[in-house]
Amino acid sequence: MSSLTIWLVFLAPLTSFVIISLIVRPFFSKHQWISPYLLIAGLSVSLVVSVMLFLDTLYTGGPGYNSAYQWIKINDAAIIDLGTYIDPVSSTILLVVVVVSLLVQIYSMGYMHGDIGYSRYFATMALFTSSMIGLVISSNIVQLYAFWELVGLSSYLLIGFWTERPAAAAAAKKAFIITRIGDVGFLIGILFLINHSFALPLSANVNVLHIPDICSLAGTMSAMIVTIITLGILSGAMGKSAQFPFHTWLPDAMEGPTPVSALVHSATMVAAGVFLLVRLFPFISASDTTMLIIAGVGAFTAVFAATMGLVVNDIKRVLAYSSISQLAYMFAAIGLGAFGPAIFHLITHAFFKALLFLCSGSVNHATHTFDMREMGGLRKYMPWTYGLMLVSSLSLIGLPPLSGFWSKDEIMLSAWEKMLHGSVFEITIFALLAIGVVLTAFYTWRMISLTFHGEYRGNDVGDGHGDHSIHESPRVMIAPMALLGVATVLAGFLTNPPVNVGPIHKHWLNDFISSSIVFHHGHHAAEFSVLVAILSTVLGLIGLGIAVYYYKLSQNGKKEPLESMKGFYGLIYNKYYLDDLYENIIVRNILQKRIVNIIAFVDKYVVDGLGLFLGFAVKNVGHVLGLFQNGNVQFYTFVISLGGVIGLIILLMYTPGLGG
Amino acid sequence: MMDYPAILSLVIWLPFVVAIGFLITPVKHAYVRYIALVVTVIDAILASLLFFNIDKEMPLGAFQWVDRVTWIDSALLKSQYLVGLDGLSAPLVLLTTVLGVCAVIASWHINIRVKEYFIWLLVLQTAILGVFTSLDLLLFFLFWELELIPMYMLISGWGSGRKEYSSMKFLIFTILGSAFIIIGILMTFITSDPNTLDMTMLILNSGGNLIQLGFYGATFVYFCFFIGFAIKLPVWPIHTWLPDAHTDAPTAASVILAGVMLKMGGYGLLRINVTMFPLQTVAYSYFIIVLGVISVLYGAFMTLKQTDLKRLIAYSSVSHMGLVLVGIGSFTSAGLTGAGMQLFTHGTITGLLFLCVGLVYDKAHTRSIPDLGGLFIRMPLVAVAFTIAGLASLGLPALSGFVSEILVFTGAFSGFPILTILAVLGIILAAGYILWMLERVLFGEVKPKVEHVTDATLIEAFPLVLLVIMIIALGVFPGILIDVLDQAILPVVTKFGGV
Repeated sequence: MSSLTIWLVFLAPLTSFVIISLIVRPFFSKHQWISPYLLIAGLSVSLVVSVMLFLDTLYTGGPGYNSAYQWIKINDAAIIDLGTYIDPVSSTILLVVVVVSLLVQIYSMGYMHGDIGYSRYFATMALFTSSMIGLVISSNIVQLYAFWELVGLSSYLLIGFWTERPAAAAAAKKAFIITRIGDVGFLIGILFLINHSFALPLSANVNVLHIPDICSLAGTMSAMIVTIITLGILSGAMGKSAQFPFHTWLPDAMEGPTPVSALVHSATMVAAGVFLLVRLFPFISASDTTMLIIAGVGAFTAVFAATMGLVVNDIKRVLAYSSISQLAYMFAAIGLGAFGPAIFHLITHAFFKALLFLCSGSVNHATHTFDMREMGGLRKYMPWTYGLMLVSSLSLIGLPPLSGFWSKDEIMLSAWEKMLHGSVFEITIFALLAIGVVLTAFYTWRMISLTFHGEYRGNDVGDGHGDHSIHESPRVMIAPMALLGVATVLAGFLTNPPVNVGPIHKHWLNDFISSSIVFHHGHHAAEFSVLVAILSTVLGLIGLGIAVYYYKLSQNGKKEPLESMKGFYGLIYNKYYLDDLYENIIVRNILQKRIVNIIAFVDKYVVDGLGLFLGFAVKNVGHVLGLFQNGNVQFYTFVISLGGVIGLIILLMYTPGLGG
Repeated sequence: MMDYPAILSLVIWLPFVVAIGFLITPVKHAYVRYIALVVTVIDAILASLLFFNIDKEMPLGAFQWVDRVTWIDSALLKSQYLVGLDGLSAPLVLLTTVLGVCAVIASWHINIRVKEYFIWLLVLQTAILGVFTSLDLLLFFLFWELELIPMYMLISGWGSGRKEYSSMKFLIFTILGSAFIIIGILMTFITSDPNTLDMTMLILNSGGNLIQLGFYGATFVYFCFFIGFAIKLPVWPIHTWLPDAHTDAPTAASVILAGVMLKMGGYGLLRINVTMFPLQTVAYSYFIIVLGVISVLYGAFMTLKQTDLKRLIAYSSVSHMGLVLVGIGSFTSAGLTGAGMQLFTHGTITGLLFLCVGLVYDKAHTRSIPDLGGLFIRMPLVAVAFTIAGLASLGLPALSGFVSEILVFTGAFSGFPILTILAVLGIILAAGYILWMLERVLFGEVKPKVEHVTDATLIEAFPLVLLVIMIIALGVFPGILIDVLDQAILPVVTKFGGV
């Protein structure tokens, strides 16, 4: 497959972006309807190419590395080039990104209908999708970093899409800054990598920034440097994937339009951190310290984020905490060495979480609110949405035979196997992940109950039609949701079955992912364990049972069951006060009030006062020179002419043959 | 290619000649701005032709389009009119002429003392072009001083706020720097054997014994130049003239001030300090980088306190120019190229930021951040340009600022890891102050003061579009600039065993 064909997967949506933003939006503002079709056309091209790339990789091993353009050359062993690296990992993720994006764009045609920024929305979505595709196919770590920042930019623009809302602008800024704090670590890691290129012998013939080369670089460095670099990369991944302590931006990011939350803030961009760690897995796993930290951060965040999801009333924020928690499962899996299950869960999660968000958007389309206290009983009015939400929720809880069950089970199984031969650390990891399953089931069912069961509690009667104003969403929204529903049901068992299913080999996806040449010894999937499967199912059912018990008995959920536990409820309801810590204490009190004020004081009275003598001079000289500055053009002209004449005289004096 | 005699001198002197023409002919005020526009456009086209035809294979100390006329040839002083272009000066000449066009368009609405205004603007352009192209130290100094007069006039005559105070502060600080520079120049002349002010000779003999002062004598000369250029750059703690001058200058003067005049300091450091005194640069690299890192962080922290848009951008310039010092101090090819590129990219980015602020100020009559808001709704075009400039300023990849930053960081990292990491932290602060500014000014509800503002007109939008294209083009294809800069920088680094 030619290099140009591969680039087409990235260039097609980029072209849509250019056409929409430079032609349609400024010159055809009356014909905004054309924008989504331009983007969908671009993505269709991408879809065809990505299917071809996937099949090519599957059957012939894929095109691997293609370089297109040398961007910046630092030295012979550190070259930043723009290239593509298509292997099992990138071709699989590429397909997921393109499919989910395409479905979300179709849905957006209905959801964003009538919005004043219709074209701007699709232009930014096009920018996001092409950047995300660029990130996935990058062959160079700096190239990946560049796209990494560009998806951050599109996320910033999409969160702040409704520019007139102050909350949206604040959330956009927060997302960008917090992820950038993580990215600084990533950048420092890259600087260490480049620095390593000076230490390499010329004969090494590697490019320290080339992703496949990085994967085999660990042996040439000291363990200390490997740990520093991997921790740097990890901090970037944690920022992007909203892991503790960088998680605070993701719930706020829900200020953006709901399809954005579905695509950017659950299915694709936030999974980029997981993708990055898998991409560089052979390098990352060379540091035991980093692996322990990844596992620990993952297991902790899985429970930590889930607890905050227990009491939130905004349906999208429940889902946001759920995303953080599910991404944490993937982190934990990577930390335990199980990168295959991590990618598997990334894929199933992309489908069912995108669907959950699209369902919440559908609910919002009908009720004009995201507050679950003003919903209830919607199952009567929105049967399709209800059915699809139910399927995706059960998948999130991890009940068989839905896709979420299979992927989460793989992670639980890996943790289980580690625990059997492990120490207190591994036991803690497994215990946390198990607790997370119970909590996930609880908040998920709470969400379903408050939204769809019981009686309608909203007061959306503005037009006098009462409940009748609530209606199912249009087909353009339901159709992509239904397709995601199919994926939610099938994507688990059929892609990575624990036993041979007809032509599909057991652990097919896992083996495919592991077959990438960068993984010198791939991840061998653990044998399916009925015990673990039953255990994780039972845990899910326990959580679900508790939720059913509380939200059925307390009619319409007037009182939250957790409210009786006062201290704990306050803690989680206030998000463990982390937002206060970051924004009020660190930024306002320490940074703005202390540091900046001190520096400003120094600037005004010490540094500027350094020119105390100068200031004095300014005053007096200014007084004298002020006489010259009288606004009289003739006077100025006179002075200039005088200067010119003097200059001329000097010139003539020194010109050879005349005076000099 | 492009081998016409005196073409470089034409680029330099064309604006000056037209300015003289304005002075002595009774041209109507209505035509002045059109003539100025045509002249600057011609100048920019010529400069870009020179830029794209620069010979990237030239050895150290070689220059193109050299015009040489003996000027003063006495026993006491030997000086020539000597101008020429190499990989270091060509980008800055291009930048000056492009921003010259932008400055003329940004001055379109000026309606008091129009003729005089454009005369100063055109003289300013010649003076700055002269600084970048002079190859004789005395000529260099004359242009360096000549630039002060029009800038002083523009700030004090057409500025706002405390314009007299600011213009005088600007003048005094720079003249203080000039005093050091002239000492450096005279010392160079007197102690060189044979006595010379010819920069090509000085460059060819850099690190050698042309200047017979020994290491510590040369160090004294080195710091004379360093102080003069550091004031211009500006470097902490001698930066305080900049926020005042910026804030009170008219838009076009701010564009030129931040866009090219600060670069005169960076150019001087690269051309004279680095190229002629490489041994001292290496010896005092720690000191230079520490000053750079302080400027980066100090400038960034100061932005968080500002409520005036122009002051905020001025302090961000202090921060970004700190990176130039970090690159220079590293004395690596990546670091020095990054420093050179930072001069150019910062010129385009900050030029664009000031153009946007100028448009906002012209229409809303305020630059106070608390009074602004919702410009995305009222001025969409300006808002988009403002956003792109802001994102470039905070180092977003695919925009030009990223490339120069990453070059500086990689260049400095191998020798000074801890200091470089401190400088990298500056990019978090940059994200903070830029996004905070954009949030306040562009997002949110439309504030009363901006209720009736209108978007940029076609002619006002032209410079915005031009600079946006340059910012994106250099972000995606940085090789255009890096290859040119490397011509001047790589030989120096290789000669002195750097990497």
